[in-house]
Amino acid sequence: MTDLAITAETHADAATRASQVAGAMRGFSREIGAMSAFRMESCIHCGMCAEACHYYIATEDPQYTPIWKVEPFKQAYKREASAFAPVIRLFGLKRAVTAEQLAQWQHLLFDSCNLCGRCSLICPMGIDVTTLIEQARHAMFDAGLAPQELYDKADHQQLTGHPEASLEPYRQKLLDIGIRFNVPIPLDQPDVEVMLCVPRTDIDHYPQAVAAIARVMRHLGVSHTFRSDGLIAENYGYYAGSKEWQREISLRLIDQAVACHAKILLVPECGHAYTALRWEAADLVGKPLPFKVMAATEYLALALKSGQLSLGKADIGATSFQDPCKLDRMGGVIHAPRELMKAMGVDLHEMENSGNFSFCCGGGGGVVDIEQAKPLRYRTMETKLREVDATDTKTFLTSCSDCRRTFDDAKEHFSWDKSPQSLLELVAANLVATRPVTTSTGA
Amino acid sequence: MNVDLLSFARGPALKFALGIFCAGVVWRILAFCLLRIRRDFNRPRNSMLKYLWTGVFATASRSWPHPEFIKRTGAGEALGYSYHMGLFVVILLFGPHIAFLGSLFGITWPGLPSSVITAIAVVTATLFLGVLFRRVTTPVIRMLSNFDDYFSWFITMLVMLTGLAASAHLGARYETLLAIHILSVDVLLVWFPFGKLMHAFYIFPSRAINGAILARKGAAT
Repeated sequence: MTDLAITAETHADAATRASQVAGAMRGFSREIGAMSAFRMESCIHCGMCAEACHYYIATEDPQYTPIWKVEPFKQAYKREASAFAPVIRLFGLKRAVTAEQLAQWQHLLFDSCNLCGRCSLICPMGIDVTTLIEQARHAMFDAGLAPQELYDKADHQQLTGHPEASLEPYRQKLLDIGIRFNVPIPLDQPDVEVMLCVPRTDIDHYPQAVAAIARVMRHLGVSHTFRSDGLIAENYGYYAGSKEWQREISLRLIDQAVACHAKILLVPECGHAYTALRWEAADLVGKPLPFKVMAATEYLALALKSGQLSLGKADIGATSFQDPCKLDRMGGVIHAPRELMKAMGVDLHEMENSGNFSFCCGGGGGVVDIEQAKPLRYRTMETKLREVDATDTKTFLTSCSDCRRTFDDAKEHFSWDKSPQSLLELVAANLVATRPVTTSTGA
Repeated sequence: MNVDLLSFARGPALKFALGIFCAGVVWRILAFCLLRIRRDFNRPRNSMLKYLWTGVFATASRSWPHPEFIKRTGAGEALGYSYHMGLFVVILLFGPHIAFLGSLFGITWPGLPSSVITAIAVVTATLFLGVLFRRVTTPVIRMLSNFDDYFSWFITMLVMLTGLAASAHLGARYETLLAIHILSVDVLLVWFPFGKLMHAFYIFPSRAINGAILARKGAAT
């Protein structure tokens, strides 16, 4: 190809990208809605949100200030949809967002934000910054600027139901786990009380967690099933910022839950899957879901309260607990894990920042899947690891498979001496029979 | 001449400024209210009464940082709230201000002695200078700052300084100083709907609405 041809092609690419960005920003401004417009209008540029963000705390680099992560989007909103937008455009008071500017922001919106919600707790104006960042991710996706890893996984999942190609079908992997751990795995049962989904992370990395939920459900004697066509809990559409793909991926589970007449769709230990299904799915399909979405821990805590579940004492010594951001701070499942631990007599030593104020593991928001985010993620995680170490505990629990994967990665990277264990597995290991276990749900 | 300037400042200029202020504030609020309001189809965790009450409670609770954040934000918040309180005291409890507000709204209330107000105004202006210092020396805040932040600071400071000069009769005849003070207020009123001063109208609804939305999910507020 001649230099001239290459230059012409480059210009054509640049023009296409510029038009794509302009479209995405107009779309963002139109779609943003009254509430998020209000959020952007309310910001007083006080910078307090930086003090809640573990990326800023670890680096002291101002660019990691949460509200700065939506700066181009504030700019676009003011130009396109704010009260004085025509005047702003007429006098050029805010420049149009450029493709180059937006490309710079990919690092800020994806590599350095876990969507953990800690910044939303510090704002003196009460602004939920995290929701703005989620909406900005949508525009980034529309502008063709989602990170490749997240884009590929989301694309694969919306087409196939699971985020990566697998030699062995996940259905088979699930059944193999049942055989390996000697627990029946009910699959594709027609009429059940509870439909279960499962994090792909658990199937691939922590099969014992899959066996644990199957064991606990069997113990409870509640009719339940996994569904071959709605198996994977994760939603990479959510991570990548594609509302359409997020909807498609959620619909697979929703359709299956409807097909088996489930009253409850139970999300095992996966924070963002819970958010996608519990707090966003109904909005994406445009109507209320005909079943409840529950996190495994809250379901089990309810069973404990009702006397349906009884737990023995767990002899695990002093224990710390990682609160998954999407389940507790952002999802309201804050007491359930502690009630379960209390019932098992766990000697819980809380971290300096725990519960609603816990720092993210560093992997949330899809960050654990982004290769280029690794160095910053490790740097940021040090804050968390120091807090875990400071508890001086033997056991480290969590109730999110992504947290678990992130900490296990840190274990390898830092030669750290701890490995998080699953709260669900601990529950499964300490079941005490309270009544005869029914077998109606067996495979 | 001075009397003419004063008459202009508190006559047509003030009327014009109040007109822009009222129309601008209403339009600024209406503009985003006219945007799409999403219906939330997700099943709430808390009852409507509970999450609305949590929202109302957040209007007050957000005035005080969560203990987990105090070490990092306490000084900044103390500075911010202190000068705001100083401003409110000076605006609402200074005799001539009460008389002016009384002429607008038809009610008056007891004020504080001028000497006390002057002392508070001096402290407030000093704190406000500290706010600017913090804005230009703190990398995060400097990065976030734009023309709006600096002009809003400037015009507010101008109002404070001209007010102090007028009450102390410093540098010119009282009528001239008062006219300049009122003109600076006129400029502030005109600027108000276009910039960040609007946060005076946003702060409590913002805390309440965001708080209620989070509380609907049972999320932390």
